[in-house]
Amino acid sequence: MSAFANLLVGGIFHAAVLFLVAAGLQLVFGVQKIVNLACGSFYALGAYFGITLANLALGAGLPAWTLLPVLIVAGLAMGLVGPPIERLLRTVYDRDESFQLLLTFALVLMFQDVLRFIWGPNPQSLGNVLLVYGKVAAGDLSVPVYNLLVIAAAIAAAALIGLFLRRTNYGRLLRATAENRTMAEALGVDVRSIYAVVFTLGTLLGTIGGALVVPTAAASLDMAIDFVIEAFAVVVIGGLGSMSGALVGALLVGLISALSLVLYPEFEILAIYLIVIGVLLLKPSGLFGKPAT
Amino acid sequence: MRARTLLPVMAAVALLALVPVLAPPFYANLLVPFFGYGIALLGFNLLFGYAGLLSFGHAMFLGLGAYGAAVIAGVLGIKHFEVVLAGVALGALLVALPIGLLCVRYTGIFFGMLTLAFGMLAHSILFKFYHLTGGDSGMRVPRMRILGLEFADYNKIELLAGPFYYYCLALLLLAGLLMWRIVHSPFGLHLRAQRDNAQKAGYLGVTVGRFRLTAFVISAVYGAVGGAILGFRVGLADPELVHWTHSGHLVFMTVLGGFGSFLGPIAGALTLTLLQDQLQSLTQYWRFVLGAILAAMVIFFPRGLAGMAGDLAGRLRPAKREAPA
Repeated sequence: MSAFANLLVGGIFHAAVLFLVAAGLQLVFGVQKIVNLACGSFYALGAYFGITLANLALGAGLPAWTLLPVLIVAGLAMGLVGPPIERLLRTVYDRDESFQLLLTFALVLMFQDVLRFIWGPNPQSLGNVLLVYGKVAAGDLSVPVYNLLVIAAAIAAAALIGLFLRRTNYGRLLRATAENRTMAEALGVDVRSIYAVVFTLGTLLGTIGGALVVPTAAASLDMAIDFVIEAFAVVVIGGLGSMSGALVGALLVGLISALSLVLYPEFEILAIYLIVIGVLLLKPSGLFGKPAT
Repeated sequence: MRARTLLPVMAAVALLALVPVLAPPFYANLLVPFFGYGIALLGFNLLFGYAGLLSFGHAMFLGLGAYGAAVIAGVLGIKHFEVVLAGVALGALLVALPIGLLCVRYTGIFFGMLTLAFGMLAHSILFKFYHLTGGDSGMRVPRMRILGLEFADYNKIELLAGPFYYYCLALLLLAGLLMWRIVHSPFGLHLRAQRDNAQKAGYLGVTVGRFRLTAFVISAVYGAVGGAILGFRVGLADPELVHWTHSGHLVFMTVLGGFGSFLGPIAGALTLTLLQDQLQSLTQYWRFVLGAILAAMVIFFPRGLAGMAGDLAGRLRPAKREAPA
């Protein structure tokens, strides 16, 4: 029983990080109609920089409890790559979606080597900091508080994004642009600036997700191309462009991979793809998406 | 085929035929994967360029070819490359039919995602079921007879740079001629009609789904044949062949060459094969350079090398206008 509970918490932690990255993917797809393959690269960038900054900060004598804020700052700082990349993507907004997909694939290739150039080919890890916040134990169940904090942060992010999109004026403009770009533009919405903001926000969610994961896992060059597939599974299951879909999809993928890891390890990724294919075939728009065209 | 297209093609074939004679075996050996990719991309472009369906999982069929070669020649011990080619073609047909049936209901981004999911499903099967597929160390593809001949006096490099090279060149020519007939047949016209306007084509009697499915299956067979060549050359079938980034490379080559033209993807395969070899010997950051080139192609030359060549030819001969492909 306690093993199961541990598993559950592990799955939810994984889901929390997945949700952040997938939410970025959804935001960009929902508004800009671009499937951003480079979201995994943003995730990896956040992870590597998170390690560097956390090592610097803790090495400089900052108290251990600053770990989480420092990682969030690292993620925010790496979000700065968003605007220049958005500028690059702007050149293909009017083209076929296959060109947009290819341009983000080019970014994946380039980021792979940028990361290799800066941090070298070997995986980097943060050392033993996971337990700086202690852990919560209940019976046999023991969970690092850090993991709970990240889960809470992801829930807070989900709530904030929801409030931003539904309750603020800018969020309404953003949704109007997603609904009908031409009409929004005709009514005076500055679509260019909306696109820049949305893409930067999407990048931020990816880099913060990456930075938050490093106390629990090493950062490696492969994480970019592996994680984008998982994030992609999340958005397909949840429905492209839907935020609540990202939340449910992330939970499903997180829990399924945690469960199958114990029940039948060969099935870990396999199970996710089977669900993805099943969803695409039965309801291609995903659980929460708009009908496919 | 008009003389203007035929002449450069014949010149290119003659040049390729001279490579093993004039250049050191290294270069002939380097070009063998190009033949594999060339054949695979002929099929890929039927799907992408002519049918308008961008698959991001096409590498699974190259993997099927390589793993098929490993099974037929390695596990079953039938060391004849012709048997392998026939076997993987049949295998691709059988695998592509059900997958294609499910995928071609969608176009655009949904088709791309569904094929990506199937590709990664294949990857995780190959990667995880270690006892069957060797996991990440892959399966060995043994040396085979070609045309029933052993070539016992040749070592592997000599075989690849000599007889196998010409075998693959002939195979590429054959596959190219066949594809030329396919895209210029009524079938090819139907494919393009449904690409440009599926609804209108449907009203005019094109059975859109069936044409897309046929294109998907043909492209899968071409992919498997190309993959078998890659497997023979490396002597190994490994899961990286099926990874989504490899599918991305197939799209890269096609866009580099230009998917609007028949020969573009082959030019792209040749360019990328040579370029990657040069870059890898120059810098360990070759992916960055390739990514930058891809980005530049997408932004500035979306019609690829073939489009650039067409523009150049048009400028040299302003009186004649290039007929649309």
